[in-house]
Amino acid sequence: MADEAMTILPVREKRERPRWETRVEKAIEVVIRLCGISAVLFVFGIFFFVLREGAGFLLAGKLSISQFLGSIEWYPTSQSHVRYGALALIAGTASVTLLAMVIAVPFGLGAAIYLSEFCGRRTREVLKIVIELLAAIPSVVWGFIGLTLLNSLIIRFFDAPIGLNVLNGGLILALMSVPIIVSIGEDALKAVPDTYREAALALGATRWQMVYRVLLPAAKQGLLAAVLLGIGRAVGETMAVLMATGHSVRLPVSPLDSVRTLTATIAAELGEAPVGSDHYQVLFIIGILLFSITFAVNLTADLIVRGIRGRAS
Amino acid sequence: MSPSRPPTAEVSRPHPFDQTPLGRRQERMESLARSIFLAMALIMIVPLVLIVLHLLYQAWPLLSIDFLLQPPIRGMRAGGIWPALLGTIYLVLLSLLVATPVGVLAAVYLHEYARESWLTRMVNLAVVNLAGVPSIVHALFGLGAFVLFSGMGRSILAASLTLAIMTMPVIIASTREALAAVPRPFREACWNVGATRWQTIRHVVLPNSISGILTGVILQVSRTAGETAPVMFTGAVFYKAIREGDWLAYGLFDQCMALSMHLFTVSTQVPDVPEPLPYATAVVLLLTVLTFNALSILFRVYLRARKKW
Repeated sequence: MADEAMTILPVREKRERPRWETRVEKAIEVVIRLCGISAVLFVFGIFFFVLREGAGFLLAGKLSISQFLGSIEWYPTSQSHVRYGALALIAGTASVTLLAMVIAVPFGLGAAIYLSEFCGRRTREVLKIVIELLAAIPSVVWGFIGLTLLNSLIIRFFDAPIGLNVLNGGLILALMSVPIIVSIGEDALKAVPDTYREAALALGATRWQMVYRVLLPAAKQGLLAAVLLGIGRAVGETMAVLMATGHSVRLPVSPLDSVRTLTATIAAELGEAPVGSDHYQVLFIIGILLFSITFAVNLTADLIVRGIRGRAS
Repeated sequence: MSPSRPPTAEVSRPHPFDQTPLGRRQERMESLARSIFLAMALIMIVPLVLIVLHLLYQAWPLLSIDFLLQPPIRGMRAGGIWPALLGTIYLVLLSLLVATPVGVLAAVYLHEYARESWLTRMVNLAVVNLAGVPSIVHALFGLGAFVLFSGMGRSILAASLTLAIMTMPVIIASTREALAAVPRPFREACWNVGATRWQTIRHVVLPNSISGILTGVILQVSRTAGETAPVMFTGAVFYKAIREGDWLAYGLFDQCMALSMHLFTVSTQVPDVPEPLPYATAVVLLLTVLTFNALSILFRVYLRARKKW
């Protein structure tokens, strides 16, 4: 026995991997790499194809940028007086988004603070599931709720002639963007090291003082990213605002005015614009505008989040 | 008793680590803050419950199996939603067929192959942005790229591809999470017995994360079924006649109805629709989406509970 243990095993030749196996491996790696890069291709593809449909109009110089961004006259189908001024549409998007954020930001951040600082593990799990379900409601169902339930509530309580307006759209968009603000905001608060909390509590701070004086300043940037992503969601939302904000292209002066947003305009008019017509191309230019806005918002939010993660590690 | 012993029994001094009692004002402040934040969190539950109950209440008279399986009649003012339901099933299945392999492999690339480089950062950024691009812009893209440029016309194929690209970030995110849950020693053990990178992924990593990936696929079903704007201009139509219960009514290059689009149609485009009809459509859509979402959540909770490592 002892003898056997002493014998030195012969070193075996390393088995050559069969040729085909290496080839398959290489091929699969190429496929996986392609799939990985596909996301980049898709984003470029979106930009390229949307621009491709709209570019002719821009290049031909038929659209003056100052009219597009500075005029509130949107008469795309008029016989004699065709105007493509998107200012009122931009104002529509801005007003609905602004109202939505005024409502959603305090509630979203408040809920995020409650989730991460005040409640027990059980409650947190349940609340997070509710938030996830809230986020899952399709936008067309939100639009339908705006059209029926909120519409009649607004008419009754605000004595408005019509309930499809900035207020309606803002409320719907607030409910739609709260989940994203809560979940990103909670992540931001979670990212604050526990030593901060312990230090504050050890100094005799109450929980509220700790949140207000320590956590909020420390998580400031992450919370900003949460708000930005909420804005991105609200700006890009289509079906809900199409159904809930009414259809009047004008500058809103009160929350009870009907408006139309950039997204809703595309959704409402693309079906009727003949392919390749001026009107059709302008709608694609609005698409480019929307793409640029959300791209900038998401990019900023992403940079902020990444910056935080970079510093933490 | 010796006089030198400290009088422990008489004076109950606070333990040095006990919390000092808060002032009354502080205590009130504390409970106020707590209840305000609680209220803010609760305000999110209330609409969810109210909305579901309100829709269910209004739709109650119409809800039945017949409603699901019959085609709409009298200009969509009566009858069921069968063609729309079938269209949605087709769109979801077809888009899953595209999005799942590409999305899973993209996540495999990001988690198993990619090193810290500018390309990886670009891909990550692209995934984030793909999720943030407005749905109507995806619709414009689908129209430009698939319907017109690729010559698919307005068809189920074009609509599914648009949906697939739009919802792919969902599957990428959940697959990444599932891959991250497989401990690194599993991979190292496999490499050490001479397996290649792909063999390791194929025989060790994927089998161990398949249930997590499945969670993502279910979530994807929920997302895809609810989308309206991307299919509006790429393949969905207001109305298309098919027979009751016909499972093979749509071809790949046909246009179809979709549940989400049907809700939009009956609630805004058709005049004089009897009240419960759009409500019933909304309930079917909402319950489909929520059921799949809840399934995915339950599955995730279950997986976390029986996690072995």
